[in-house]
Amino acid sequence: MTSIEELLRLHPFLRGLPGEIVVLVAGCAKNVVFQPNGFVFREGGDADSFYLVRHGTVALESFVPGRGPISFLTVKSGEILGADWLVPPYRWSFDARAVELTRAIAFDGKCLRDKCEADPRVGYELMKRFVPPLVERLRTARLQSLDLLDDPKRPRK
Amino acid sequence: MIQSARESENGTDRSAPDPMVPRFLRVRRRIREATDVVSLEIGSDEAGAPVPGFRPGQFNMLYAFGVGEIPISVSGDPSTTSSITHTVRAVGPVSAALAELRPGDSVGVRGPFGTCWPVDEAAGYDVLVVASGIGLVPLRPVLYHLLRYREAHGRVALLYGARTPRDLLYRRELDVWRRTPNLQVRVTLSRAGPEWVGDVGYVTGLLPKVRFTPTDTIAMVCGPEPMIRSTARELESIGLPATQIFVSLERNMKCAIGFCGHCQLGPNFICKDGPVFRYDRVRDPMAVREL
Repeated sequence: MTSIEELLRLHPFLRGLPGEIVVLVAGCAKNVVFQPNGFVFREGGDADSFYLVRHGTVALESFVPGRGPISFLTVKSGEILGADWLVPPYRWSFDARAVELTRAIAFDGKCLRDKCEADPRVGYELMKRFVPPLVERLRTARLQSLDLLDDPKRPRK
Repeated sequence: MIQSARESENGTDRSAPDPMVPRFLRVRRRIREATDVVSLEIGSDEAGAPVPGFRPGQFNMLYAFGVGEIPISVSGDPSTTSSITHTVRAVGPVSAALAELRPGDSVGVRGPFGTCWPVDEAAGYDVLVVASGIGLVPLRPVLYHLLRYREAHGRVALLYGARTPRDLLYRRELDVWRRTPNLQVRVTLSRAGPEWVGDVGYVTGLLPKVRFTPTDTIAMVCGPEPMIRSTARELESIGLPATQIFVSLERNMKCAIGFCGHCQLGPNFICKDGPVFRYDRVRDPMAVREL
């Protein structure tokens, strides 16, 4: 059976992470599986985890009464899921639902934060890996929010 | 290095028809593609009579009688000689009038005009076709061409972003293309309900999900201009030279032959020097708001 440390080394997010830090953060990690349509987390819930998606697809959604859940991003194999564990009050801002069978590595958010506090090198290595995908998501979210594909003359409800 | 988007031959032949005089064709078939988007297949009154040929990326000026004339990209198969297909989104008075045309109705046609996508120059390269929204329209002829001459190219990928499931164009063909061997098709939506099991997000997010060798790839990009700029930047950042990125631009075209100047962008007229440009030639002017 593949150990959690080996799985971490295989994930693109942690590529190049020094071995001793992999061992350190592996203590906060566990393997998780989500069935199709199962929720990874729910809006408003405790954001106590952070996920590295190994296989599968997770849709980030917001529920709109009268319209149902609306997805604005899908997260796939090799990508990261969840940022609210980084910022107080550590509550999920959206729903995350597995679109298909999804395997991931889940980190205990508090455990990871404590290790970053205790050793700034761990925190810096993780920050270097977090910032690029977060900036990329911010950039594309801004472009999506412009709604450039809408017809400006379409009647508004 | 790819030299240029190929120049069209408009206005160089004295025996050619006057480019300012429309030819009258009839709508043969009308296909509703999305809520406010239709495709019009138009042809001559004489059955089987040829219509003007075109190269992928070119456009015609379509005249809705009594309303006006606008540039519309040709969206059909360039190998078809008896009819020509345009896809129109009803956003203004002329496009709304065109979108209301029915089989048998007349339409004025001038063209084709403008430069084309570098489909021949792309032989031997991987090809990335990146489209957003109605930007898929001028790129559909590229896909017809690439599939017809599939063996001439390396890996081929279509990356297409739309707003919602109901805004997807050419759904039936998308399904066919998805099942086509040696064609990578990835579609993403800005937002979707649970009935959509595909990707959701911005179209550039699809780039890591297809296989291509950046230095040996030619990219053809069309969509809203911020999408073109962000996609081109992303492509450059992963190693595509700007000389291998081609974009199709849109401005206020009127005469379509470079006389009136309405569509000027820096030293270029979009109608005559474009609409397809090599990215390094328009990157700077695209960044100037005053142009």
